[in-house]
Amino acid sequence: MTMVYEKSKGLTDVPFHYCPGCTHGVIHKLVAETLVELGVLEDAIGVAPVGCSVLAYKYFNCDMQEAAHGRAPAVATGIKRVHPENVVFTYQGDGDLASIGTAEIVHAAHRGEKFTTIFVNNAIYGMTGGQMAPTTLIGQKTTTSPLGRTVEHSGMPIRMSEMLATIDGAKFVERVSVDTPANIRKAKKAIKRAFECQIQGKGFAIVEVLSTCPTNWGYTPVKALGWLQENMIPYYPLGNFRDFEEDK
Amino acid sequence: MSKVLMKGNEAVGAAAIKAGCRYFFGYPITPSSEIPEYMSKALPEAGGVFLQAESEVAAMNMVYGAGGAGARVMTGSSSPGISLKQEGITYAAGAEIPCVIVNMMRGGPGLGSIQPGQADYYQSTRGGGNGDYRTLCYAPASIQETVDYVMLAFDKADEYRNPVLIAADGMIGQMMEAVEFKENLNKNLPAKDWATTGTKGKREKNVVNSLFLEAEECEDHNLRLEKKYKLMEEKEVIYEAFGLEDAEVVCVAYGTTSRIVKTAIKLAAAKGIKVGMIRPITLWPYPYAIYKDINSNCKGILGVEMSQGQLIDDIKIGIEGRMPVYFHGRTGGMVPTPAGILAEIEKIAGGTK
Repeated sequence: MTMVYEKSKGLTDVPFHYCPGCTHGVIHKLVAETLVELGVLEDAIGVAPVGCSVLAYKYFNCDMQEAAHGRAPAVATGIKRVHPENVVFTYQGDGDLASIGTAEIVHAAHRGEKFTTIFVNNAIYGMTGGQMAPTTLIGQKTTTSPLGRTVEHSGMPIRMSEMLATIDGAKFVERVSVDTPANIRKAKKAIKRAFECQIQGKGFAIVEVLSTCPTNWGYTPVKALGWLQENMIPYYPLGNFRDFEEDK
Repeated sequence: MSKVLMKGNEAVGAAAIKAGCRYFFGYPITPSSEIPEYMSKALPEAGGVFLQAESEVAAMNMVYGAGGAGARVMTGSSSPGISLKQEGITYAAGAEIPCVIVNMMRGGPGLGSIQPGQADYYQSTRGGGNGDYRTLCYAPASIQETVDYVMLAFDKADEYRNPVLIAADGMIGQMMEAVEFKENLNKNLPAKDWATTGTKGKREKNVVNSLFLEAEECEDHNLRLEKKYKLMEEKEVIYEAFGLEDAEVVCVAYGTTSRIVKTAIKLAAAKGIKVGMIRPITLWPYPYAIYKDINSNCKGILGVEMSQGQLIDDIKIGIEGRMPVYFHGRTGGMVPTPAGILAEIEKIAGGTK
């Protein structure tokens, strides 16, 4: 019998706790496959955040540290400074990275820390039950913006990739989405490039992945993908904002 | 090795490097800024890394990462900065990450003053962050003791897989004294086979973590930590005590304040008042048992501290209601004087003899 598809060795056999239709599973798979394909799984040290992916330390099949909320980039800094030869990554959501951990991500990028960040943006706090995130869109209803987010009250949703791309030390910045097979392939390519950026010692690398939260958005998985395409992509345009080849 | 004259904060750095610390993450704050200044020069020379973090919060979380990666690592700060580090300290305690945190205490609350204080006693001994945890806490009274206990702190952190605090008052950080660096003990410490170093394909993955979503698991974890803390209570108490068998008054003080109290005790002796002393060197675990040695004719215990009275709680626990407990303190960066302490001793003893 021919093996046509195999679960990545970069993932453990622990079943995911993610909700049906949530795209964390796809993103985990892409990161795990990349670590294996680049031959760095045995050198990898990951940092899990606080949020839906808090249990990521159970899923990635490499050494892992669980960080305090938003502090993954500081924890990764500590690890990478001790083990510069290892491949270090953080996996963070939008509440973690774009709200409580903005100082840590901005300064890690600013120092050009040589680790890779996977930033999962689903425009909401999932783990705590659907509260407003800094990335929640205008008009989007959440449990802490029950009438819909307004500019007057909460400002515009924050665009982290555009902001981080202005920082010299951030050598690779790209926003991708996992809403279609084609986009998943592009996301994989960007994630690989972000790890190559680290392996080549270029500097800080981040991939922002637009993701769905069917449970807290209140949509079916399919409708959630449609909502991402119609609402998130127009505000959070996909594409590369920075590549280390430009800095030759 | 011969003695060298060093400022307290610099001696902290030198002692850490001597103890094998090669990583320091910190943020400048008075009166402890000479620690990062010293480390920024000395650590690269020793083949290590100094990094000035964007915040106290980040610095402590970098310590978490580096400690979790198996390194000997330290941070240092002063009171308001230590408050910010409490998040990282409780995570390090929960995830059992060895590390050393130095607090050159200043006047508080809030931004307080930049002069010496001892008002972080509760924070240092009761667990400054959330949850059920304890940290070994050394309170040196001289630069020599600072050097000795900073070096010991690294061994104890590794031995117990726990954060260790050095709680010194700002005076210790700022004054200069002659010190001698002893050879590091490094007695048979356990291998750090739990650290995140990359599996290299040779072992199962390691996870450094303080999360236990199932309540039963979290309780089991806490009970296991508690066993470790009990062991520290049995084995790690350090104190100095004298004159308890015939004292009319017993003074209790630590750090720089203990040296001022010793002067006051001499002044009292000249007036014919016998004063004993208990000086906790570990603030946690606390030397409660020594209170049993205080003679029953003693008229009272006097706690002296650069605070409005925090150490006094442990004095009351130790004395178990056998005699009255009094307190004399200066606060906000003010320092108790021998004359002020003597006046309190005389009041308790019942006037000059």
